[in-house]
Amino acid sequence: MNAAVSDQIYKVQDLRVSFPDLSKKPLFGAAPRTQVLKGLTFDVAKGDVLGIVGGSGSGKSTLGRAMIRLLDPDSGSIRFEETEIAHLREDDLRPLRKHFQMIFQDPMSSLNPRRQVGGIIAGPLRLQGFDNIKVRVGEALEMVGLPKSFETRYPHELSGGQRQRVGIARAIALKPDFILADEIVSGLDVSSQAQVLNLLEQLVRELGLTLAFVSHDLSVIRRLCSRILVLHHGEIVENAATAELFDNPQAAYTRTLLDAIPLPDPDQVWA
Amino acid sequence: MPDARGQIRRLPGLRLWLSGGWLLLLVLAAIFAPMISPHDPLEQDLFAARLPPFWEQGADPAYLLGTDSLGRDLLSRMLYGARLALTVALVAGTLTCLVGATLGLIAGYYRGWADLVISRLVDIWMAFPPVLFAILLIAVLGTGLTSIIIAIVVIDWTRFSRVVRAEAMSQGAMDYVASAQVAGRSRLGIALAEILPNVLPTIVALLTLEMGIAVIVEAILSFVNLSISTDQPTWGGMIAEGRTSIYQAWWVLVFPLFALFLTVLSFSQLGEGLKDYFDPVLR
Ligand SMILES: Nc1ncnc2c1ncn2[C@@H]1O[C@H](COP(=O)(O)OP(=O)(O)O)[C@@H](O)[C@H]1O
Ligand SMILES: [Mg+2]
Repeated sequence: MNAAVSDQIYKVQDLRVSFPDLSKKPLFGAAPRTQVLKGLTFDVAKGDVLGIVGGSGSGKSTLGRAMIRLLDPDSGSIRFEETEIAHLREDDLRPLRKHFQMIFQDPMSSLNPRRQVGGIIAGPLRLQGFDNIKVRVGEALEMVGLPKSFETRYPHELSGGQRQRVGIARAIALKPDFILADEIVSGLDVSSQAQVLNLLEQLVRELGLTLAFVSHDLSVIRRLCSRILVLHHGEIVENAATAELFDNPQAAYTRTLLDAIPLPDPDQVWA
Repeated sequence: MPDARGQIRRLPGLRLWLSGGWLLLLVLAAIFAPMISPHDPLEQDLFAARLPPFWEQGADPAYLLGTDSLGRDLLSRMLYGARLALTVALVAGTLTCLVGATLGLIAGYYRGWADLVISRLVDIWMAFPPVLFAILLIAVLGTGLTSIIIAIVVIDWTRFSRVVRAEAMSQGAMDYVASAQVAGRSRLGIALAEILPNVLPTIVALLTLEMGIAVIVEAILSFVNLSISTDQPTWGGMIAEGRTSIYQAWWVLVFPLFALFLTVLSFSQLGEGLKDYFDPVLR
């Protein structure tokens, strides 16, 4: 590795997360906890598009949500830029939050149904103390390819693909250093999927985003990501550059994932 | 690109107009009762006792809806009765709503020990039969308007807290709440600015329902003579008096009963209508 320390946006060490298993809760006392992330160590370099793949329940979303501190890790360290955020309290996290943002899987439930699109995008800007909010909202909408008139629409007045664009606009409006995108196309129909992926690809190129892209679909990951992290039962089984991983998969689990990609060539495009 | 989705608006339904109309009429009657009442509601005239309403034989046009067995004007008593019914509905309904919805929101969104305490309290409360509970409370607090309002709040806050708690829990699990946290909104900010607006239509529907219930509770307490002092006209008190002379003068019972029925129905229909109207989400 030739990357200097300051080129890493995230340094994650021995990250452990567990959830209480309520199905095994005794009548009195606390429920036993199941380990979901079992000591993960990896870095994310600036400008990387990191794919996080793995089967359902492998801990992808949990990892993403721990990285942006939507949940509290049991132990381990998460260095974001120069700050250790793994165990920061919410009050201390709040001023940092504009640096790491998230795009959610379900664009319907991630947009407050009682707010108009303009308000949805302006909210985080206002909370994080930005100026020129109207201008920034307009810019964000333009970047995701939505007309300005959508500012006064409610989420239920949009299509699934348009909603997801609003979700993207909300995240990029803050000009964050890092964005987590958790299965952001899996709720969309095929043509919206392609459009949203194209948009994301374009934004990565134009804005130089550092992105963690969670997906269970390796063909999507291959197209978008520069590095890939393969998760299996809460452990990293492989962490490699994209070309390397596809050419020469090391872990047996990665090979089964690769074999599951439908043939013919996933990069094939319709004329 | 023409797209009509932005233009969809619901028309307020017929039931909103009918129920709102009746309640508006009632509010006007209550406010202007001293001016529009043809008689003093307490004035007795034994020579004019049990006069029938205007369309019946032997009616006196000075007493439009007839008189009771003491010769008091029914219309005037109903207008004054509306004052009390509406006061109880508005004050008790609103207070019950504030207490119950606040506790429900805390329990449903903050969870943890607050939820534990509030939910246990609700369970215990639900074990009391409400009417007995009310009578017991009035016996302790003494009769009077304030006691009635306190009794209604104490008994009925659980109706709000249970529903609001469940609703706040399901809203709290939505990604827009996580998204607000990612944006740096505080817990209190999320509860008030994100969750509350989404629970509000439910709260409004419950509030109007509760106003109807408050009217009924007041009437029941008046009926068993536990409400306001007996010389103040109340619909419940009039129903109780009318019951004793149902065969000689049916109107003494029927008119206040009808007003009570319409009012309670209107409150519940108003709630449903408002809920539809104010919901921008056509689920
Ligand atoms: N809030 C939670 N409470 C309890 N268990 C959870 C919770 N969130 C996730 N889990 C469990 O953690 C495991 C990993 O979940 P997740 O990270 O969502 O997987 P993925 O996104 O890879 O499908 C699953 O077994 C899931 O049941
Ligand atoms: Mg997931």
